[in-house]
Amino acid sequence: MNRQTQKRLLGIAALVVAAVIWQIVAEYVVGRSFILPSVTDVAGAFANLLGSGTLLADIAVSLEHFGIGLLAAFFLGVPIGILMGWFRVADFLLDPIIEILRPIPPLAWIPFAIIWFGLTTQAAGFVIFAGAFFPILTATYSGFRDVPKVFVEAGKVLGCDTSFELIRYVALPAAIPAIASGIRIAMGVGWMCLVAAEMFGVSRYGLGYELWHNYYLHQMPNVVVYMLILGFAGLIIDRIFRNYVDGQLLRWRAGEVA
Amino acid sequence: MSGVTIRDLGKAFPKEDGTTTQALAGVNLEIGDEEFVCLVGPSGCGKTTLLRIIAGLETTTTGGVTVDGRAVTGPDPKRGMVFQEYSLFPWRRVIDNVAFGLEMKGVAKEERRRTADYYLELVGLSQFRDAYPFELSGGMRQRVAIARALANDPDVLLMDEPFGALDAQTRNRMQKELLSLWEQTKKTIVFVTHSVDEAVYLSDRIVVLSPRPGSIREIITIPWSRPRDRTSAEFAEVRRRVLRMIDETENTQ
Ligand SMILES: Nc1ncnc2c1ncn2[C@@H]1O[C@H](COP(=O)(O)OP(=O)(O)O)[C@@H](O)[C@H]1O
Ligand SMILES: [Mg+2]
Repeated sequence: MNRQTQKRLLGIAALVVAAVIWQIVAEYVVGRSFILPSVTDVAGAFANLLGSGTLLADIAVSLEHFGIGLLAAFFLGVPIGILMGWFRVADFLLDPIIEILRPIPPLAWIPFAIIWFGLTTQAAGFVIFAGAFFPILTATYSGFRDVPKVFVEAGKVLGCDTSFELIRYVALPAAIPAIASGIRIAMGVGWMCLVAAEMFGVSRYGLGYELWHNYYLHQMPNVVVYMLILGFAGLIIDRIFRNYVDGQLLRWRAGEVA
Repeated sequence: MSGVTIRDLGKAFPKEDGTTTQALAGVNLEIGDEEFVCLVGPSGCGKTTLLRIIAGLETTTTGGVTVDGRAVTGPDPKRGMVFQEYSLFPWRRVIDNVAFGLEMKGVAKEERRRTADYYLELVGLSQFRDAYPFELSGGMRQRVAIARALANDPDVLLMDEPFGALDAQTRNRMQKELLSLWEQTKKTIVFVTHSVDEAVYLSDRIVVLSPRPGSIREIITIPWSRPRDRTSAEFAEVRRRVLRMIDETENTQ
């Protein structure tokens, strides 16, 4: 048996054991599905939810909130990060503002999200944006600060004669790996903000919304189902992004330690 | 015609404490068209600084540099530079590294690839055109860097210890190749090295700098034809002379 299959088998075995313990504790120790739903309760709830057909809509709505927040964070965070990383004046101007705003927990923006956007998709997107913006900004900024000087000078000697050309052809490609890992962190933070962003009822669907909704209905097995889906979806999004980025970057970074 | 004229050149770097480091002072030098000049001198005597000033990457404090009678005010593709450290863009394939300067000039893709292929051929790396820099050895990377500088068809090629990081064998081979490139392309070359052996092997003239502040200590003309025999007695004699000069400048400081 090779290492890989051994790892798989042990992992599966541990999952099974955990599920059995969970089942026993839930059924015979706790004994109340409201406090701790059992594995079979959760499996049944999952089957019911699959049958009801709202799961896909929930996922779609959550992805929409998530997408809005991340796109906004990307399209604001990258340019501002570039400005601050490349132009000292922009750095001096914006740094104090950023330093004041950055430590504010993303969820603290929820009241203003509602006041500014109402109970809309944009409000949920804004909360996710508040979480995703700073990781992207910071990563872009430091990616630009860390561009090796010799690349910039090579660019100049080879005929880049404007800041725009140096950014477009030298600094940005050099900073892409840093920006990509910033986006990955931002996606993690944004996904964590999702449940809170949907808790105040901006939509009739959404994984976070359903989680709260079922909690109010005391449908705890359903709550566990949504918890697990949230975890899985987060994992899958991260995997897809990582595979894509690695596929792109590995072509020229295979020789470096990432 | 691509002569380089350096006149009364001085360079002082400001320091943290408000004083300055005088890196170069009173440097005067005429470099002829198609000439191969090596700058040698003890470490820290301002060789890199002088080369960077010619490239336009560093400003002067006093005096100035003209190329073909035109004052150097900033970097320009007419003055190609090969850096000491690896400077290929790792995200670009070899061919697109070589074509970079032409791309900045706005040359169409087909044409710039054709030109880049020509220069890759010249440095003997055609079979690596689609590789990424990390796939190349140190010597190959510097050859690509040379091809990249040449593809802009510069008047002057500036090289800062380009073979400094290579092993002795690769280094000797690269020196031979560089001479053959120089004979084919007829560029003016200013080459910084800390290897006196390399300087005697390559140059028409060796410019010996003295340190702190860097200035020209002596210029030695080497009239021999190429290729030169490193093992000959006269080669050893010139090498010894230059080495002694560098030692002296170092000890008098
Ligand atoms: N950017 C800089 N800022 C301050 N001092 C510098 C800078 N570049 C070079 N120097 C100083 O100028 C002197 C000459 O350096 P350099 O040209 O690199 O010497 P070499 O290439 O001959 O070893 C050294 O004393 C060095 O410390
Ligand atoms: Mg140097």
